[in-house]
Formats: sequence, structure tokens, C-alpha cells
Amino acid sequence: MEGLKETQPPNGFSRRSFIQGVSVGSGAAGALLATPEAEAAGGDVVGPGAVSMTLRINGRNHSLEAEPRVTLLDALRDRLDMTGAKKVCDRATCGACTVMVDGQAVYACTMLAIEAEGREIRTIESLSANDPVPRNFVKHDAQQCGFCTPGFVMACQAFLENNPNPSQADVEAGLSGNICRCGTYVGVRLAALDAAKEVKGGRRRGY
Amino acid sequence: MEAFEYAAPNSVKEAVGLLSSNWGEADVLAGGTDLLSLLKEGVHTPKRVVSLKNVSGLKGVSASRIGATATIAELLGSSSVPAAVRQAAEGITSPQMRAMGTVGGELLQRPRCWYFRNGYGLLGKDAKGKSLAPNGENQYHAIIGNKGPAYFVSASSLAPALIALEATVTVTGPDGEDEMPLEKLFQTPSSDSQRENTLQPNQVLTGINLPGGGARSATYEVRQRQLMDWPLASASVALKMSGDTVESARVVLGHVAPTPWRSSDAESALAGKAVSEDTAMAAAKAALSAATPLSRNKHKVQLARVAVKRAILRAAG
Amino acid sequence: MATKYDWPSAADRSVIGRSVSRLDGAEKATGRAKYAYDRNPEGLLVGRLVTSPHANARITRIDASGAERLKGVRGVVLIKDIGDEVQWTGAEIAAIAADTEEIARDAVRKFKVEYEVLSHLVKEEDVEKAGNRVVPGQENTEGDPSKALQEADVTHEGYYGAATITHCCMEPHGNTVHWKGEKDITVWASTQAVGRIGADLAKNLAADPSLPKVSPSDIRVITPVMGGGFGSKFNIDSWGVAAAKLSRMTGRPVKIMLDRDEELQMAGARPSYFGNVKVGAKKDGTLTVFDVESWATSGVGRGGNPALPYVIEPPNQRVRHVNVATNTGPARAWRAPRHPQCAVITHCALTDLAHKLDMDPVDFFKKNADLTARPDVYRTEIDKAAELIDWKEKYHKPGEGSGHVRRGVGLSIHTWGGRPHDSQCRVVIEPDGSASAEIGSQDIGTGTRTVIAMVLAETLALPVSRVNVKMGDSSFPPSGASGGSTTVGGVSSSTRRAAVNALEKLKEKVAGDLGASSADEIEAKDGYLRLKENPKKRIAWTAACRKLSTETISEMGNQPDRDGGKLADSGVGGVQMADVSVDMETGIVTMNKMVAVQDCGLIIDLKLAESQVYGSLIMGICSALWEERVYDQMSGVYLNADMEFYKLAGIGDIGELVVHMMTGVYDDRGVIGLGEPPAISPMAAISNAVFNAIGARVPTVPVTPDKVLAALEKKGGMA
Repeated sequence: MEGLKETQPPNGFSRRSFIQGVSVGSGAAGALLATPEAEAAGGDVVGPGAVSMTLRINGRNHSLEAEPRVTLLDALRDRLDMTGAKKVCDRATCGACTVMVDGQAVYACTMLAIEAEGREIRTIESLSANDPVPRNFVKHDAQQCGFCTPGFVMACQAFLENNPNPSQADVEAGLSGNICRCGTYVGVRLAALDAAKEVKGGRRRGY
Repeated sequence: MEAFEYAAPNSVKEAVGLLSSNWGEADVLAGGTDLLSLLKEGVHTPKRVVSLKNVSGLKGVSASRIGATATIAELLGSSSVPAAVRQAAEGITSPQMRAMGTVGGELLQRPRCWYFRNGYGLLGKDAKGKSLAPNGENQYHAIIGNKGPAYFVSASSLAPALIALEATVTVTGPDGEDEMPLEKLFQTPSSDSQRENTLQPNQVLTGINLPGGGARSATYEVRQRQLMDWPLASASVALKMSGDTVESARVVLGHVAPTPWRSSDAESALAGKAVSEDTAMAAAKAALSAATPLSRNKHKVQLARVAVKRAILRAAG
Repeated sequence: MATKYDWPSAADRSVIGRSVSRLDGAEKATGRAKYAYDRNPEGLLVGRLVTSPHANARITRIDASGAERLKGVRGVVLIKDIGDEVQWTGAEIAAIAADTEEIARDAVRKFKVEYEVLSHLVKEEDVEKAGNRVVPGQENTEGDPSKALQEADVTHEGYYGAATITHCCMEPHGNTVHWKGEKDITVWASTQAVGRIGADLAKNLAADPSLPKVSPSDIRVITPVMGGGFGSKFNIDSWGVAAAKLSRMTGRPVKIMLDRDEELQMAGARPSYFGNVKVGAKKDGTLTVFDVESWATSGVGRGGNPALPYVIEPPNQRVRHVNVATNTGPARAWRAPRHPQCAVITHCALTDLAHKLDMDPVDFFKKNADLTARPDVYRTEIDKAAELIDWKEKYHKPGEGSGHVRRGVGLSIHTWGGRPHDSQCRVVIEPDGSASAEIGSQDIGTGTRTVIAMVLAETLALPVSRVNVKMGDSSFPPSGASGGSTTVGGVSSSTRRAAVNALEKLKEKVAGDLGASSADEIEAKDGYLRLKENPKKRIAWTAACRKLSTETISEMGNQPDRDGGKLADSGVGGVQMADVSVDMETGIVTMNKMVAVQDCGLIIDLKLAESQVYGSLIMGICSALWEERVYDQMSGVYLNADMEFYKLAGIGDIGELVVHMMTGVYDDRGVIGLGEPPAISPMAAISNAVFNAIGARVPTVPVTPDKVLAALEKKGGMA
């Protein structure tokens, strides 16, 4: 597909293990698997109880306590009260939970919060009504009930930052990971194409 | 999702050490696009999840090697990927899925069989041990290699393409690294204790090796929705040409059998022939000659034939 | 008779009929809008449901102790008890509230229920196999259908139908409930009926004598936005009652939103309808008879009778209908209940009959428009739709064509009522110039908030940005539930009347200053109040409001209102045409184009009206091509209760969509609801387009590849 010509640069997460960034009390003490290999490996095992973690969201660090099983979506919505990303399918199918991680759209429902440590998370809360994508969603009425909309807006934002001059076919492929039940795709197509003229590929924000 | 321990080791060796020699105790996490759903459904209930995110050596895409944790987006971003693999990857249309999903995870994702996903086990049996698929809702199930007890279809879209191109995989376990043809990674389970692949519970898939060799390759997927849908059937072919004549061919079907399904009948039907609509159709018919559709999936035989035919014509260009 | 409330004439409208962006658009598009699911009040507990894994079973034992012992579990309530039956998978048995969602889910796993498993039936397509699950329904005969079939020049028999589909609202059903004091309950509800939830909850709580008695007025329902309902969100439901009880038990707010699989299993299904149809016509194409044996399932309930024949009513008719009781999630209203399915059964049969008559369906439907309630509307709309889709160029005899991709066109027609529901609105004008409409209605995504603002702005002659709408809260004057396309007529009527009444009070206030002897001599125009006879004699809106000093104008408007003029109506007709391509080798259907021509009365907001129609087309495409609920008979399980194999259209699946509103033509009828009508025809139009493309009938929707290939095989191959 056009626009994915360049792979993303290494995003740096391998340079910084989350374990270096936070203090983890439980360590391997809570291990349920007392296999000799595990102990010999010396890998830091955390959980299953709550772990302190720091998520970098919209340019700011947020500390929270959550079990390793908590998804990024649940961390955002339930722990940090950032409820813009929605839980709809909860299975990486509908896109309502879409946020950007290291510049790419991802399904927050299907990423563990602990996996997102050390990465740049960007949510719908980073956008204002005057930003090109939300503004054009309003202009072209690319929403009805609006529940899928924040996910669509973030998918669109990520798509346009990585694909400056899309055709309608590009837009359709680029937003194929999102579902709307009210049927707003006609408006979404127009909104994406219009917003493309303003987003122009550049990251509009420093983070 | 049940609670689990989590570790993100820095090396494959550490990762292997953190895994268990028994299935069900620990899971490897790469992109998570399949694993998290399995955890949420309670299909997998590991006590430990071992993340590969800090294992740097598993990344990267080159003409000869694809790292197991290279994402689908990274795969598509590489210019050296053979056509059949690229076309299969393009079928994974959602940008979110491409950004998250890894090549290794795509190969090792569990079947989408709805009996399996609804908690009836890989072989889809009810409490009395009766298989649900043969007389049930088998519209997406296997049409080849489906004598039972396995009726699901292999979910991988990349595997048929990679197998057509004679890819091998490297796996690392407690006894070190091993390399085998990708074909050998897949198996049709014959009992509840087996999985759909031959990986051991404490082995990690580390990479895919492509031998090169200049075959003309292509993949064709039949999908109901244009974007973001599982193929109903797919085929990948690699043709070694001598002028206009096919010297040798590899034809691998996807989503029609419990494993990626290589058809030697189709390969023989192509050998020594020039590619035309007729030879492609003959090969397609040969590929499905052994099909034994279930009560509701006769149409998949036709769809698979079309996939084979169109993949051959696409490869010949 | 003319009244002061009547809509202004087209020349005098400055806001109504224009395209105005939805007022809550920015809030929604930036993720700031707070849905029921987004409410995180201090001390929130998360509730999850224990549900049945069996399609039909009696509960023999319940053991909550394992769940209750878990650290962080704060309360458990039973929805069903020992001895009760659960009649579909996913049926709710208990609810558990805990500190976090993860703990609540752990507790659900530890909650043990034992069952006596009973036999089940989950499939109704084959009515012959339904045995004693068949429940008699409508039997109706008009004229002499048997004789008419004998005498018809051309007859046709066929089997048609539409599978059950699921609402799949993006925001699942659910509520956040806080029972704060004895008589103080707040419900943040995902609902289409702000005005009904309080009464529904009070009634349900009254059934439990251990709880304090609460009346509907003790319950405040808050729903500024909601994430889709489509007819499935009118009630508090067992999980809402459970959330209230858990809140009472714990003293903390409790949120229970359904999981996606729960949403698809138990919170909404549109019944299937199937029918064996016999139709007959004269040589000239005049339909003389429609005879159908039909069946449907609505779950274990009785279900409704079909709307057959649909729209076109020949003199001779016979309908014999039965319902099949199945152990499946119960039916709920879905946009235009029964109509879309019955459009398939009727208009697909009629298209096949037209083929036997060797008639172009456009000619056939135009000819038989005389058998509808509004012949001229349909003829005009058929012509317009045919023009927009280029029918003459694209239509061919069914199956004609070559190559492995074949193109075809098809049509369907529909009707709907859409009468205004009851509604009260209060318009408040304050000394600082602010003007608000307060109304206990809800905006379910249709744009109701914007419509109310536009009516208020039009009436007060202010820009839309200068007026406020306070809604989505039961503390405002009550308004009906948003279902059946009744909202826009209801709220626009009550708002108009309240605004006229309030404006009159303001006119009275300034009459002296303007030298008028009564309010009647004054009009509002462009932000001024002025003398009708001498427009130069005027006072600006804010100056006029300042005259109120410390007073506030607060006036009500009602719908219905016998003396309030006719502002709304019911009854519309619409026509849709589809243009599809079919891959003859794979049976895969792709959308090229769809055209909707819709009769609509007076449009308030053209942009939002068009959005309703676009959305209807897209929803219809989903159910025409992909959507179906798949139950497994052996296990009784709903296999695709997810968004992966319960397939909905994505942005690349819809083709080109063209919407033509019949604006201006029927304005004097007043406002008519628009949510249902355009959602009716897509399935029939698309099925008919596939028939035109391939020359074989795929009898039921969704038109999936297996059915297309089977139809082609039955016909004798693709050529």
C-alpha cells in the first residue's frame, strides 16, 4: 500500500526496559511458575498483582498502578479517566479504541498497558475542535451517535500524518480498521480528504 | 482475562527460560493481536506472559530474513519482500493490525474456528466428546484434510506464501536453535493434546528465512468484504519459469485445511506447461480434486479453485 | 386553519431547511462527550453479569460464595433464582460489583451455577423441523386469492426471506447508577427514552419489598449523548435494575455495561421473516394476487405479524403466518420493525414476477403504484431514482451479460408513518438575552439537539449559535421516546410552540416602546423585534431582553396541541435503487452505487437529514450482504457474537451513495420523521440488483457467496 513505503524507525523501546524506569516491589517473588528455568533466566517477573507503571500520554507522564493484564484502553479509561477512546468490540476489530503509539494507529484494547511503557501514546484528548481532523468530521457530519468517532478521528489523524496526499481509495484502505454502526462513512471519506489538505503529513505537535 | 505474571526479557535465551515445558502455563506475547483476544475469551489462561518487546534481535526485514517480531507494516515497508508475501500481507488491511501484528504472530495465531473461540477446544467437541463442526456451522471450516478430528482451518495468510517460496523458520528452545522448513511448523492435530503447530511450549519462533531463487510468485485471496475480513480461501504460488514454460511450481492453499495446504497435484499439473487460463484452471481443479466439503461449505471448493487459478495467472503476470 | 404557530413560509425561513453542522459534533469528535460508559464518578464500582452458557435450562443451584469471598467484590445480586429458566445463551443470571473490572470478571468466573439442561431449538429457517415450537399467528384473506391465481395470466412462486440480525450498538447497553439517598437515584443511561427510564426502574425496584419505595420523580436520568440504539434501548433492563440494587447495597455508584458478546446475544435482535410466496398478474403487468405462507422468529416470545404484502396491495391477498419460538436472544424493535424483511419478501417476488412478464421492474412498479397509498409519490420518485442511477443505461434482462464480473440494478419501495410523539418543551428567555429550550428528549445521534436549536433560532430570529438546548435529562419537561421516527415531529412541534409563546411575552414587553398596541403588530427578524408595518421601528434582541429586568420568560409548548396548528405529519414513501457487481466465479457481491429518493415533509436540517439516509443505506448494505446471526443447533450457542464474524460494512464496502430528498415538494405537510423509512428498502433493492446481474434469485438475505454460487448452480452455471 502506498504511504507505508518507509518502515517506522526503531522507536526506542528496546533501549529502555520499563523495569529500569519504575521500582517494582513484587519482582519474581509472586511467581506462580517456580520453574528452575525461570529463576535461572533472571528475567524480571512482575505481577500478577498491581505493578507501578508510567505511561507517556500526550507528552506527559502518568503514573498508575495496574496489574499486567490491564489493557492500555482500560488504563486510559478506568485509571486515568481519559474516556475518549471507546470500548466497543474489545477484540481488535472495530477501531473505536484507536490511539496512536509511536506515531502509528493501534488498537488500545489489544495492547497491555505495561507493553506501552516507554512509548509515546497519543489519544483523542490531544486534539482540539480546531484541529483539522475533528473540524472536518464536524463539517462533513462524519458522525451520528459519535461512539466510534474518537477512534475514527485518531485512525484518520495517524493515517494522514503518514499519508499526505491520499486518494479516496487510500482513505478507504487507511481507515479500514474502524467500524461505524450508524453508517457515517460518506462523511468520513469527505472529512479525511479535506483534512488531508491541512494535515500535510507533518506532525502538528511536538510530541 | 485471568491474572498473570509478566516478564519482558532482553534475549531469546531469557525468554525461553521464562517459558514452561507444558502447554497452558506460559504464553509468548509479540504483537498481542491474537493473544489478548484468547486471554479475554479464556481460551488461554496462562500463569505467565513473556513479552518479546525488549528482544531486539527478532526485528528487521531483509531479502533473506524476516524477523519474527517484525510487524506487518515493517514487512510491507521493505522493498525486498517477494510478491506472494507482499500480496498476502496487503490482505491484512487494517493499519492498526499492521502496526501491531507481527510476522511470527501471524504464523502462530490460533485458528479462528468459532467452536474453538467459544470454548469447545481446538477440535471443537461438546461435553460428550462429539465434534460440533461436521454437522454444525461449518461454512468457514476445512474442505481438505478434514477427515477429523480437526475441522478448523489454518488462519495464517502469510504461511501459504512463505511455504510457496520454500521459507524455513528458526526456532529457539532450551536445546538451542533449530531450523526447519516452514511447512513442518504446521500439523493437523490428531488428539486434544496436540496443537496446530509443532512448536514446543518452551520454544520461540525467531525468524523466517527466504532462500530466494527468483520464482515468480503471487497470492490471491477470496474475501467477502473488500477490506478487513478473513479470506474464505486463498492460494499462493511460486513458479520457476524457463521462458514461457513453468519449470516447477509450488502451490499452497490457505484457509481451506487445518494447515497451509500444499498441492502436489496442482504443481504437477503446471510443470512443463505454459501458463494460460486453461492450464491455470486445470491446476486449480487438480488442487481441489481431493476436496471433501462438509455440509455447509461446498462453495469453498469453488472459491479455492478460483484462488488457485487467479494466483497462477497473477504470478505469470 | 392558519395559526401563529405555523411554520414560516419558505421565503421567510432563515434557518429551517439549511445545512447546519450538529451542535455536539465537536464534543463527540474530540472525545469530550460523556456517554453512560464514560461516567467515572468518585467511588465507582464496576459490575459484570453472570450469564447462561445454555440455550435452555433450569437453574438447580447457585453458589455465590466463591465470588463474594474475592477481595474487592462489593456486592452480588441475583437476577434469576433457583428454579428459574434461562432460555437463551447469554441470559442474565446475576450481577457482581467490584472495585475494578478485572476483579468483577474474576468474580464472575468464581460464581457457580448448576443447571438442568433442557432441549433447545435455535434455528427457524426450516419451519418443517420446528415441531411444537410453531405458534399460530396472523391468518388473513381478502378477495379470492385461489381464484385470482387460477385466473392470472402470469404467476410466480418463490421462497424469500431475511435472516435475523443484531443491533450491535457501538455503545453497548448499560448504565452508571448512583443511589445516593433514600429517594435520590441518578442514572446515566445509554437510552433512547430519557423520559421512560425512571418509571421503568421504579416499577422494577417496587417488585423488591426489601428496597425503599421510590417513584419515578426520585430518579434522575441523564443522557446528553448515547452511542446508538436503533430501537433496542427503551428500557432499564435487568442489568440497569441490578446496577441500582448494587448501588443501594454498597452506597457507591455502579456501572454495568454489556460486553460485546452479551450485547449481541441478549440486547437486541431484528426478527427474521421468511415466506413462500405466490403472486399473479395480468398480461399488462397489473398485480392481482399475493399469497404468502410466512414464518419468523422473535426468540422465545410470540413475535409480530408481518407487514405483507408490503406497500403494494392487490385486491386478492392471503397471509398465513406462524412464529417459531427459538432459544435465541429476544427480539427488539429495529429501525422500521418488520418493514425491511417484508420489503424483501414482497419486492423480490414482484421483481421475479416482472421478469416472467418480460417487464422492466421500473415499468412494473410504476404500473402497480396504483395499488399503493400514494401512487404519484412513488411514480415521481421511481423516475427520479432511475435518472440518478442511470437505470435505462444499466438495466438489462436478468442474467444477460458476459465476463466473470456481471453488473445489475434493482429497486425497492417503502413507506413509514413517523407521526410526532408527545413532547413538552420549555423555552426560557432571560434578561441577559440568552434563550434556551429545555426538553427531556434525547439525541440518539440523529441530531435532535441541533433540530431543536434550529427551530428555536428560527422562531426567535436569532442565529443558531445564540440559542441553547438543554436536553438529555429527565429533570426537563418530558418528551417521548426516540423510536419509530417520531422524535423530530414531536420536538420540533413542542419547541416551535414554546418559542412562539415565549416570543409573544417578549413582544408584549416591548410593545409600548415600539408604539404597538399589541404583540400581534410585532415580528422578530434578524435579531430584532420590529413593527410589521414599519420595520424601521425596531429594538435589538438583547435590548429587548434587558427590558425584562429581573423577570425571566418561561413558556411551555406541547405536542399534541389542538389549537397549535399542524406542524407535523406522518406517512411517507421512498424509492431506492442499487447497482452491484457480482463475481460469477466467487459469488462475491460488491456495491457500485445506491440511490435513495425520499419523501420527507418539511426538513429542518438538510445535512442531518441526509446523514440519516446515508446511514440507512449503509446499515441496509450490511444486512443485504453480510450480517447474520449464526446459532449452532447442537450446542445452542450464538457463534458469531463478536464483530469479526458478525460482519458489518467498512468504509471501503459501500460504493457511491446518492441521496435525493424531495425537499420543497411536500413542505406544507409539516415535519415527518426520517429515521426508519430509508432503512427499509436496501436489502430488497440489492437482492434485486443481484438477480438482475446473475439471472438467478438468491432467495434470502444476506446475499452471501455460498448462496450466490448455489443459485447459479441451480440455474445451470454462470453462462
